[in-house]
Amino acid sequence: MPNLLIELFSEEIPARMQARAAEDLKKRMTDGLVEAGLTYAGAAAFSTPRRLALAVDGLLAESPTTSEERKGPRVDAPEKAIEGFLRGAGVGRDQLEIRDEKKGQVYFATITRPGRPAAQIVAEVLESVIRDFPWPKSMRWGSGSLRWVRPLHSILCILTDDAGEAQVVPMEVDGIAAGNTTEGHRFIGSGRFSVRSFDDYQAKLKRDRVILDAGERADHIWQEATNLAFAQGLQVVEDRGLLAEVAGLVEWPVVLMGGIGEDFLGLPPEVLQTSMKEHQKFFSVKNPKTGRIEKFITVANRETADHGATILAGNQKVLAARLSDARFFWENDLRVAKEQGLEAWTDRLSNVTFQHRLGSQRARIERIAALAREIAPLVGAGPDLAVQAARVAKADLSSEMVYEFPELQGLMGRYYAEAAGLPPEVAAACEEHYSPLGPSDDVPTAPVSLAVALADKLDTLTGFWAIDEKPTGSKDPYALRRAALGVIRIVLANGLRLHLDRFVDGQLVRHKIALNRADASPDEIDTLEEVLDEIADHGVFGAAFRAVMDRLQGSKDAPDLGDGSLLRTVGDLVPDLSTDLLAFFHDRLKVHLRDQGMRHDVIDACLALDGGDDLTLVVARAGALGAFLQTEDGGNLLQGFKRANNILTQAEDKDGVEYSFGADVKFAETDEEKALFAALDAAEAKIGPAMQAEDYAAAMGAMADMRAPIDAFFDAVQVNAENDVVRRNRLNLLARIRGICLQVADLTRIEG
Amino acid sequence: MARQQEKPRSFQEIILRLQTYWAAKGCAVLQPYDMEVGAGTFHPATTLRSLGTQPWAAAYVQPSRRPTDGRYGENPNRLQHYYQYQVLIKPSPPDLQALYLGSLEAIGIDMELHDIRFVEDDWESPTLGAWGLGWEVWCDGMEVSQFTYFQQVGGHDCHPVSGELTYGLERLAMYVLGIDHVMDMPFNDPDAPIALSYGDVFRQTEQEYSRWNFDVADTAVLLRHFEEAEAECEAILACDDTDPKTGLRIVMAHPAYDQCIKASHIFNLLDARGVISVTERQSYIGRVRALARQCADAFVRTGAGGYAG
Repeated sequence: MPNLLIELFSEEIPARMQARAAEDLKKRMTDGLVEAGLTYAGAAAFSTPRRLALAVDGLLAESPTTSEERKGPRVDAPEKAIEGFLRGAGVGRDQLEIRDEKKGQVYFATITRPGRPAAQIVAEVLESVIRDFPWPKSMRWGSGSLRWVRPLHSILCILTDDAGEAQVVPMEVDGIAAGNTTEGHRFIGSGRFSVRSFDDYQAKLKRDRVILDAGERADHIWQEATNLAFAQGLQVVEDRGLLAEVAGLVEWPVVLMGGIGEDFLGLPPEVLQTSMKEHQKFFSVKNPKTGRIEKFITVANRETADHGATILAGNQKVLAARLSDARFFWENDLRVAKEQGLEAWTDRLSNVTFQHRLGSQRARIERIAALAREIAPLVGAGPDLAVQAARVAKADLSSEMVYEFPELQGLMGRYYAEAAGLPPEVAAACEEHYSPLGPSDDVPTAPVSLAVALADKLDTLTGFWAIDEKPTGSKDPYALRRAALGVIRIVLANGLRLHLDRFVDGQLVRHKIALNRADASPDEIDTLEEVLDEIADHGVFGAAFRAVMDRLQGSKDAPDLGDGSLLRTVGDLVPDLSTDLLAFFHDRLKVHLRDQGMRHDVIDACLALDGGDDLTLVVARAGALGAFLQTEDGGNLLQGFKRANNILTQAEDKDGVEYSFGADVKFAETDEEKALFAALDAAEAKIGPAMQAEDYAAAMGAMADMRAPIDAFFDAVQVNAENDVVRRNRLNLLARIRGICLQVADLTRIEG
Repeated sequence: MARQQEKPRSFQEIILRLQTYWAAKGCAVLQPYDMEVGAGTFHPATTLRSLGTQPWAAAYVQPSRRPTDGRYGENPNRLQHYYQYQVLIKPSPPDLQALYLGSLEAIGIDMELHDIRFVEDDWESPTLGAWGLGWEVWCDGMEVSQFTYFQQVGGHDCHPVSGELTYGLERLAMYVLGIDHVMDMPFNDPDAPIALSYGDVFRQTEQEYSRWNFDVADTAVLLRHFEEAEAECEAILACDDTDPKTGLRIVMAHPAYDQCIKASHIFNLLDARGVISVTERQSYIGRVRALARQCADAFVRTGAGGYAG
């Protein structure tokens, strides 16, 4: 069984694309081969800066012959139908077979597809893989029309048989004919050479200074780097992304370590690390005793006669120039922070657009500050401190350092806030208000940071809801899902008790004010500002809006309140947007809790109740309900509830009425019935107050007490009794079961 | 491997060696364009000649101006006026990387001792409506050139594709000559009777232009010039293809493109004066791009642009 070796040799492939491209080559080639009937034993793909390679072992020498039987028209069918069948099957009339079927004599054709040699199939599949390769970005070059990530220079494609004889697969793409040759390292190789097999290929590449396997290159780099650092009592700062990238920039990694000038060691370590990584692809080397970054590791692509001395000196020089820039930014920024304060930077953000409809960063910061003031008391932060923090939290966006290194936003803010002598809570909020970014990021816990972090994310979400730019499908350019998850994680991790509705409503109104300020009359803006104040008092938009409207109805100089007026539109729109955004939060919450192993139907059952905007409450309920349903009592009670609900729903459908109240113990006929009345009274007396006190364990306990009487009732009693009075009374009794259970959660949503 | 070149001794020697090298490789060695531009790419020998089907090979030095980079001659690496060396070959030859590496050897970079790398860098010029794929070329961690395969210019797909090389001459020369501050770099031979440093030639002009660019340039005048250049460009392109005086078909792509270059540079000056807000910025860039597009449209209707009708 032959082995296949393919190499696509090109100019330098971007490091970030290599691993994916190797996998794509493997998948597309092997899929194509298998589809054509060529199965194989194993396949492995490789990438270097200049090549993608694929080795497929144990390929069939040719695809198997297949035959398929196809039933045709009846013998007496019109000639046209028979001809059509012959064309479709690709056989001649003399090859047809006639069989007797129930309906008469019918033609049958046997279509035989002879096997094809592997080389032929490989050539076809490879050509189509090359032509349709899924590069994230591809290009043309010269006068050709082929697209590849960078100019493709040669194709190596050989089949090696069991005897070790290699045969070139004859094929050509855009004038590049496949052969059995390749070349090694650009500078320290020995030109083109031919190969016989994968082993031969890999060995000759190594001889010519190319390590084919990216993992082997990465391991080598890491090993050498840690050895060099260890020898001097230092540690390499781990960075897997950088390691993978560097392994994609070299074919023959040579690891060199150099020092950072004494002048630069005063820069914040994050600045050193970022500057070295972003600009130079250097690893940072830390002194574990001082925690300072004192050296760097760079990876060259070759050996030299001077053992890398020239290369290292050059790199050191470039680094010094870069770090001079960084120090220049740092010192300038510190001077501004100390002399003018961070608010001066915030003011400059009025020239920076956040989003074209949502206005400048400066305007956004003011909205965040307003919301942070409202949230502060609920998270234990001082309102004035929260506002102060919100006003400077994004100031560093104006700093030179963040302009140069956007990924240092927040962190630089913290340094600069400290330099400006701002309170430590404010400095911390500068950094922490962006958190959490990733799903595994730490969540802020300091009160001021919490207030600003929540205000920031809620302002973003409400803003994009207000201008109807919600995420759709895989499109979420403003990372709104991440913002919503951030809010959820902050609330849950800190056990915060907030009604999101209130803040969502308020912030939507703030956005509506900002969006309409240019076109609306001052009266209209004033009225909306009043609504904002009322929301702070009433807690929800509807009541606040009505209160303001009622006050204006009588007044002579009230703004336009008619249909289509700004105020009416806002009045109609805000509740819808708010409901929609809350549903978005609920969707994210479900995903989040499901990832943590909670049943989605349990969450749904709890979300159906009032108070869905208090996420901590929802989760507490869901936790208690989930635990309860795992117990025997819980499982049985659920069955009892479902039985009651089914009977009741059927009866209600049939009778066209809703049985909701009026069950009276005096119509109870059996002991079980009477016992159930007593049990429901007892449960009701406990569940109401327990829910009120948010003591879900007690509420569940009271539910559990209902289980035995409900079971006994269903065992002994026929609900649909002959006597209509008795029947109705029993249905009303079932309605009580339903009502009591639904106080705790919407059990109809529980599956099973 | 090629024999080791003797090290050059001055800035101008590096330029001369590049000129000689690319001349030997068959490029027409052109002179700089006689207008203020932000980069060598703006020279019509690149922007316009990368369009259409006619083969092309040119190399030239282009003085380039970036008003916002002015540092009064004090920053060791930053200048508001500097030189780029530009090579454009259409169609891009298959051995363009090797040709490029040869040029580094020609200016005294010893391939046996240095680490040359091609690091992904996609090029895009929003003002020219152009983009391409390629790399920044690193020598021992320092970016010494941009290497780009043009895919689109002025909104037109490039067929065939041009290969473009851009060398930042000061930075490259400082590296080769081992100089830390640009102003200290020998401009001519350091043993010449009148040895001149880069600072002797340019320190004063850097100061003068930094002051003018940042604080003095009359923004009202500049704004008017921008509008005028824009209007003139459009007026030129609105003319009939046939010249009424000679009766010849003369599409004035180049004069129109001069106005586009002018508008682009004025925009850069306005930007340095800090009078363009972030939102306006996009709109100015869009206006220049619209001009570049129209000029490109016009050029492909000329003989040099491959027009045969």
